Amino acid sequence: MNKNVERLYNGIIKENPTFVLMLGMCPTLAVTSSAVNGLGMGLSTTVVLVLSNMLISAFRKVIPDGVRMPAFIVIVASLVTMVQFIMQAYTPSLSDSLGVYIPLIVVNCIILGRAESYASKNPVIPSMFDGIGMGLGFTFGLTCIGLVRELVGAGQIFGFQVLSLSWFTPITIFVMAPGAFLVLACLVAVMNIVRGKMEAKGKPLAKPSGCLTGDCTGCGHAAVCGGKTQTETKTE
Amino acid sequence: MSDLYHVSSSPHVRSKDTTGRIMLYVVIALLPTSLFGIYNFGYRALILILVTIASCVASEWVYNKIVHKKQTISDMSAVVTGLLLALNLPPTLPWWEAVLGGVFAIIVVKCLFGGLGQNFMNPALGARCFLLIAFAADMTKFTDDMSQYLADGYTSATPLAVLRSGGAVNTMDMLIGRTGGTIGETSAIAILIGAIFLILMGVIDLRIPASYIVSFVVFMLLFSGHGFDGNYITAQLCGGGLMLGAFFMATDYVTSPITPRGQIIFGICCGILTGLFRCFGANAEGVSFAIILSNLLVPIIEKYTVPTAFGVVKEKKAKGEGK
Repeated sequence: MNKNVERLYNGIIKENPTFVLMLGMCPTLAVTSSAVNGLGMGLSTTVVLVLSNMLISAFRKVIPDGVRMPAFIVIVASLVTMVQFIMQAYTPSLSDSLGVYIPLIVVNCIILGRAESYASKNPVIPSMFDGIGMGLGFTFGLTCIGLVRELVGAGQIFGFQVLSLSWFTPITIFVMAPGAFLVLACLVAVMNIVRGKMEAKGKPLAKPSGCLTGDCTGCGHAAVCGGKTQTETKTE
Repeated sequence: MSDLYHVSSSPHVRSKDTTGRIMLYVVIALLPTSLFGIYNFGYRALILILVTIASCVASEWVYNKIVHKKQTISDMSAVVTGLLLALNLPPTLPWWEAVLGGVFAIIVVKCLFGGLGQNFMNPALGARCFLLIAFAADMTKFTDDMSQYLADGYTSATPLAVLRSGGAVNTMDMLIGRTGGTIGETSAIAILIGAIFLILMGVIDLRIPASYIVSFVVFMLLFSGHGFDGNYITAQLCGGGLMLGAFFMATDYVTSPITPRGQIIFGICCGILTGLFRCFGANAEGVSFAIILSNLLVPIIEKYTVPTAFGVVKEKKAKGEGK
């Protein structure tokens, strides 16, 4: 498989940030009260993620290892500020309903996670595709949650009343905070069934790697931990 | 002679109590309340009770079937959950919302956490709060045109709502139960009959209900702003789900502490929280939220109230003696 296509597949299915990696839970739970909000949040995160992955990947040889975190944050924060201004100018209503969660993209763990684990070690083009894949995976997750919550909680899809209020009583708990947890849990369960079926068909999804298996290739911290596995470090 | 010398491992003292038997006692104890509810609110209450119980039992059966677990519906706990949930619903609730409540109680609150004995909060109350948030309008609608259903049904604002808006209530009516409210909460007498039966059968003991009610009364005396107004306190005691909650829900074995001191602390937590919600909360009623919140505190309460085993000397003391 082409490496770039593999990155897209990785982000959307194999390591979907919402359903598999469980990253970025704060916006996932908070802004998905409707499908539009979920889509808007996902897409704005995608834009930031793609650009930050590209920039960080381009600068990966100049950024000193010791100050890489502050450097990443500066890059991400500048991008988020730009996205925020653009959204305030062109989509003011979406910007209002997402509120503080737009500036909070700065500390979104997906973005820092991808910067740390992929963009800072790989060339620009794969990093870009990694960003697109992860971003679309995140968008997919948020939109799914938003769709279900909006449908059950208000009888609407993308703001259109599909279930007539004449016979449908909206279960309002689903557009409130508890509904986010319930819907997320159900969708993760569904995703696990799907992944289980795919695995049974012989498509290897997430191979165990990293500290748990003692596989230190591709990990930037081998020098720090000295190649010990996680259990060894714990017993010390 | 050799029959006398059985060799077996402990326990040597056995009781005939089984989960099913205890649950059956609880159902029997709830009968007066249910019957009074049906008498009070008409056949709709009966339908609601049957539908909720059926939905609870069916969800447990289906869940066990799907996850290939041993069927547990014969332990009657789903019946008790369904009955308690129904008694906590207003008689005017649409039946499908009650079904949803039953499914939520059994599947989300109980089965997903590992079934009976593993649930961290009372399933019936969890479902009631779910419904309260999901269908706020239906769950607080106690006034309704009853003439189309039953000639002498009671639908009026609940006594607690009347009290809150500064009105006067007839405490005698509240004691007997001829007021508006959820199906099972209106009659304090019917609940007490069931509670006395449970206490006599040794199913529950008085620690939790007594400390709950006493701490609630003390809280209301101090903070309700009505002082030592006997009428007001009686109305607060008989109104809302306090009696039902104190005797039937707070005493749930799974979600209350097992240590004696812990049970008293748990009761006090429930009492104070109920008082807080009723005096300063947005709603007139707060029993279900109070009990659920206290359910969440149970692991902490148990951790700090483990009794010292017989013969164990406290460490600090032992050190002093050693010197």
